[in-house]
Amino acid sequence: MNKSQLIEIMAQELGVHRKVAESVVKEVFDAMTEALVRGEGIEIRGFGSFSVREYRAYTGRNPKTGEKIAVKPKKLPFFKVGKELRERVKDKVQIK
Amino acid sequence: MTLTKADLVNRLTQKEIFAKAEAVRAVETLLEIMKKKLESGENVLISGFGKFTVKDKRARRGRNPHTGEDLILEPRRVITFKPSGVLRDKINQKD
Repeated sequence: MNKSQLIEIMAQELGVHRKVAESVVKEVFDAMTEALVRGEGIEIRGFGSFSVREYRAYTGRNPKTGEKIAVKPKKLPFFKVGKELRERVKDKVQIK
Repeated sequence: MTLTKADLVNRLTQKEIFAKAEAVRAVETLLEIMKKKLESGENVLISGFGKFTVKDKRARRGRNPHTGEDLILEPRRVITFKPSGVLRDKINQKD
């Protein structure tokens, strides 16, 4: 499912115009993005939480050429799945 | 400060998209649609934010970090998140 499909389903389920559903999706992900940019975490009960992890500079390697590369310090968002969602998907596994 | 569902609801009322009760329903509906898709095994791609991916993990030998006891981890399905390049750049922008 992509963003426009999400908007479409939202509009149907809420019984609102597509434009309204679109602004809901936009505002929700904008709010989440802004929190992460401020370095704050996000905690959505039942879905999951996000935090910003800081990584120090390190010397990496290009896996193809073996060439050394200096990797600058960086921040990355990290997602931890919430309990409800984890339980709901856990047993749907297809491999033994 | 941590962003919660209540903050998302407030955002929708402040932007005058919905009154309180409808805003609560909108946020819950949005989350439930995403959870249902992931539950059905579909990935969820939010352009500009990131991708939630469903992955199956094989059984493996693990260890209880507390007791040091060996145990078998059953095969299971997990959700991973890969941030989009846009989100990564925004988080690393210099201010």
